Amino acid sequence: MPDKMALEAILAALFPAGHAVTVSDGLITGDGPLGAGRIAVVGIDGNTALGIEGACHLAGRVLDVVRAGGETPILVLIDSDSQRMSRRDELLGLNEYLAHLAKALLLADAQGHPTIGLLYGHSAAGAFIATALATRVLVALPGAHPSVMDLPSVARVTKLPLEKLEEMARATPVFAPGLDNMVQTGAVQAVLDPTRPLGPQVAALIAQGAAADIRDTRDALGCERGGRPLAHDIAARVVREAQGA
Amino acid sequence: MDFKPVSLSTSPLDQSWYEASARARLAGLLDADTFQEFIGPEQRMMSPHLPLFDLPRAFDDGMIVGRGLLEERPVLIAAQEGRFMGGAFGEIHGAKLVGLLRAALAVKPAAVLILFDTGGVRLQEANAGETAIAEIMRAITQVRTAGIPVIGLIGGRAGCYGGGGLIAGTCARLVISEGGRLSVSGPEVIETNRGAEEFDSRDRALVWRTMGGKHRRLIGAADAFVDDTIGAFRKAVLAAIPAAPSFDLATLEAEQARLEARLDRFGDARDATEIWGGLGIADPAAVPGLTTEGFDALLARLPEEPHHAR
Repeated sequence: MPDKMALEAILAALFPAGHAVTVSDGLITGDGPLGAGRIAVVGIDGNTALGIEGACHLAGRVLDVVRAGGETPILVLIDSDSQRMSRRDELLGLNEYLAHLAKALLLADAQGHPTIGLLYGHSAAGAFIATALATRVLVALPGAHPSVMDLPSVARVTKLPLEKLEEMARATPVFAPGLDNMVQTGAVQAVLDPTRPLGPQVAALIAQGAAADIRDTRDALGCERGGRPLAHDIAARVVREAQGA
Repeated sequence: MDFKPVSLSTSPLDQSWYEASARARLAGLLDADTFQEFIGPEQRMMSPHLPLFDLPRAFDDGMIVGRGLLEERPVLIAAQEGRFMGGAFGEIHGAKLVGLLRAALAVKPAAVLILFDTGGVRLQEANAGETAIAEIMRAITQVRTAGIPVIGLIGGRAGCYGGGGLIAGTCARLVISEGGRLSVSGPEVIETNRGAEEFDSRDRALVWRTMGGKHRRLIGAADAFVDDTIGAFRKAVLAAIPAAPSFDLATLEAEQARLEARLDRFGDARDATEIWGGLGIADPAAVPGLTTEGFDALLARLPEEPHHAR
């Protein structure tokens, strides 16, 4: 597996003319020039777990962009752990904070701010759902390694030997961690080419997103790519039956 | 002469939500005999992935979706069966709910109801389940934007955990009972990752006051606290539908303010009882023992109604 690209290198590649993106406590915020305008940047760096404060802070920045109006796109850069696992986070309602961040991103997209997720490191579980998976278009860089749960933990829960799971993981993309598997399920639309300038690649995704309607195409992609053989058909059948067909 | 039992009601409305199957909850919640299922169990759309793990399958994959009437108004409805794989989201399980929400945009029901009973993502189908949860959340915001209330009901055995907790947080209104637990990481997950000093999952009282229905209602994470009966859930859903907020910037700004205020006010609290005391409850230790009636009376006496923009 290739090494993950460092955030500094990604920002330098995205914004050769400089940017105003900063990282504090693992949270990425700021903006940079893109074409004739600016692109807002939020995200998580350094394999940081997403807790209540982080989710609240990022959601606030996303809502700032929506409130300002216009069509400023939002880039969501992700190298995170899972959600922060603690009694305090749950006591204070982590599910609300994570859902709120996802909703802020979904609202931004619906109100004309194209949202692009760029996964460059790890992400997992609730942190993944609240950030990268809540964007309109999610892409990755080689070296990214999303997971719902790592295989040793899956082995513990399913009580299957790790060797058997590793063997099964080669046969099906549906449960095993890794970028290729999330590409197969349709969650990650494409893997960017780090040897080419990143700015134009992101700009092309924004243009593509702006032209598309708001339909979620991830299940269709998952069907095409074989990672989710049935989801698209099942959802379509429910729609047909609900319309009385 | 009619024989009517006096101690054991046979009305579906009096049955325990917690004890009932997903199908019994659906049947009791809706107007009698109005439920029509989509992709019913007779079609045997079962998980293609579980056999790989030598696990048994269910004809409905633990997710039942369809339409019915509620006080004669058409609704779309989904129910998770917590007794199958802990109600976890797999490929088909998730896709049925995605389809139901997309259907709502076409058929414009009076509401979409989601009866949660889930531990989160089904690990054997983790990538499909995780992606489905993201699709469901996107679809819920689109349904809400179209002016259709999406109401979540939480009171099942499996609670509402993991990605289920995030989906719940995307609904316009949530109804919860004493047995309902709403959270992301469950007690066992926190204990496994951080140790029993951080969270002793066997301490049921701790679980209930940290993630349970009363605490969630008090902090504004749920909008109605109800008795553990199908009838109580039905009554609360009927009240919730007209009160559902729209999905727009004003709602999310109000939620942002609400969540920031909670951090400022209770960020240092170690236990739910500290938060309850801070909310103006004179005897926080008595809250877990209160009946629904007593709890409603306490809510009415609070200096401020819990905020619940979502």
